[in-house]
Amino acid sequence: MIDSLRKHVSPGWVLVAPFLMLVVVLYLGPILNILWLSLTDPEPGLQNYQKLYTNDTLLRIIWTTFRICLITTIISVAFGYSIAYAMVHAHKKRQKLMLTLLLVSFWISILVRTFSWLMLLGHNGLLNNALETLNIISEPVAFVRNELGVLIGMVHYMVPYAVLPLLVNMQTLDTRVMSASRNLGATGSQTFFRIYLPLTKPGIVAACLLVFILSLGFYVTPAILGGGKVLMVAEYISVQLLVTLKWGTAAMLAALMLFGVLALLYIMSKFMKLSTVFGGSTS
Amino acid sequence: MVGGNNAQGSLQLKKLQKKFGSFVAVDDVDLEIQQGEFLTLLGPSGSGKTTLLMMIAGFLDITSGDIELDGLSIANVPAEKRNFGMVFQGYALFPHMTVRENISYALDVRKRPKAEISARVDEMLDLVQLHEFGERKPGQLSGGQQQRVALARALCFAPPVLLLDEPLGALDKKLRVEVQEQLKDIHRRVGTTFVYVTHDQEEALSMSDRIVIMQDGAIEQVGTPQELYEKPETKFAASFLGKSNFLNLKDGLHALRPEKIDIHPAGQGDVTARATGTIRSITYFGSVQKFMVSVEGDEELEVDVDSWRNRYPLKEGQAVDLTWEDRATVKLRNG
Repeated sequence: MIDSLRKHVSPGWVLVAPFLMLVVVLYLGPILNILWLSLTDPEPGLQNYQKLYTNDTLLRIIWTTFRICLITTIISVAFGYSIAYAMVHAHKKRQKLMLTLLLVSFWISILVRTFSWLMLLGHNGLLNNALETLNIISEPVAFVRNELGVLIGMVHYMVPYAVLPLLVNMQTLDTRVMSASRNLGATGSQTFFRIYLPLTKPGIVAACLLVFILSLGFYVTPAILGGGKVLMVAEYISVQLLVTLKWGTAAMLAALMLFGVLALLYIMSKFMKLSTVFGGSTS
Repeated sequence: MVGGNNAQGSLQLKKLQKKFGSFVAVDDVDLEIQQGEFLTLLGPSGSGKTTLLMMIAGFLDITSGDIELDGLSIANVPAEKRNFGMVFQGYALFPHMTVRENISYALDVRKRPKAEISARVDEMLDLVQLHEFGERKPGQLSGGQQQRVALARALCFAPPVLLLDEPLGALDKKLRVEVQEQLKDIHRRVGTTFVYVTHDQEEALSMSDRIVIMQDGAIEQVGTPQELYEKPETKFAASFLGKSNFLNLKDGLHALRPEKIDIHPAGQGDVTARATGTIRSITYFGSVQKFMVSVEGDEELEVDVDSWRNRYPLKEGQAVDLTWEDRATVKLRNG
């Protein structure tokens, strides 16, 4: 019995078993608890999920969240792509400096960054004051306390996350392939669109997934830069938990986001091997 | 035929120099490459052969001197406008495209008519005998097949010059010999000027019309394989292309190929011995046997003998006489 088990189970599993247990107990357990709550609180049944059909506010919040996350993803990945491209093609020394600067931004608290934007872009902020002094505008532009503010804050936070998978992808490309394209007579833009862009597709997909999924959980930035006008799912969940104490609704939304992400990954896996996106081998 | 490309394909390199900082990678290279010839740049790594090729391809700027195609300077023509085909080290195929798409790429980016492209790709697939693989991706092909796709891709737009950068480096030895013959055959059929970079002397000898031996960024000697093998001018040329013994004679240093020495048991030769010594080691390679013979003055001579024609049962430690004809030795320049 044990012998046959040994044949089928690699000893590696024994080594990771304690950590696996830890993950199950501390991670899967609470998730199952949330799913359970969404189906049982305040009373057993699907009424929490039924709210998705009946509650217009809820639908609007989900749509807002989706829209903001999508726009954030597109802009962040576009910026991230150019930054990663510049880094890969920069001189070795400069490349290190750029990477350091990129990683520095990970060390600054999201709260600090968000309030900085408020100071920079607020009605009495640096930018508005400057523009008014220069007589370019006559009254302050509403950069923050609206959706634009949320987008600025989120994109700023997300760009480094978009850069990393793209950078890894671009660094593994064989530069001779691009030389070959030039040698065969392709112009710079032909080489980019026909060769470089398709070869960086795994990086683009990875960056999009990473940014989109992280964006879904944004809480501080929309709360502060949205000025209470832009309500996203994470903030709504917190309100349900802490203020209105509707844990069932909160659990339902959390479950919805979880399954949304899983569905997204599933759909992506239909189009490409996810292992290549997450740095696995391509063969 | 393509893109108003009516160059003949002769190349003239004039006082060509490439410096990386203070390091001189290619030093004052003067070379005339004939239209349609198979020219090999042969040298050890660091000899500047690849740098020279990259300058011809247009991937590296030249520091000074000039490159001319059919007598017209192309030094300032960017790589994508030179219309030179190139087979890269490691092939550099487009991994996301099929074999057909790879081969048609040069014509696609020149926006040639679809029908013309399709016909030309078929022609190329025939040339490299890969017709049934047109829809495969490079990752699904063997190394030898990838090498042929790279060749077809580079020849598809009928370039006047084809540059090859160690194209057989990644193949195993047996396959390499086979591909050498295919390459030679394709060269004969397309008539394009081939400039071939390698560090493998056998490849250079078996395929080239002419070989350029390079060392330290400069040309050591240029000539046909036979000229270079039979009449090496320098010690480096003699030892890099084939094997050679070196003799310090009264009038300077001479090269003596191991197979041009005859070996006899001491006192049994028909002619007077040029040198006497004892056999230190015998290595049997099948068709040939290699004898390392210690001669006077702490020197060692290598003697290669046809196993079939070896008349004597020679043993290690045996005293032997060595003989060779006058014409077997070649006087080298600069000592």
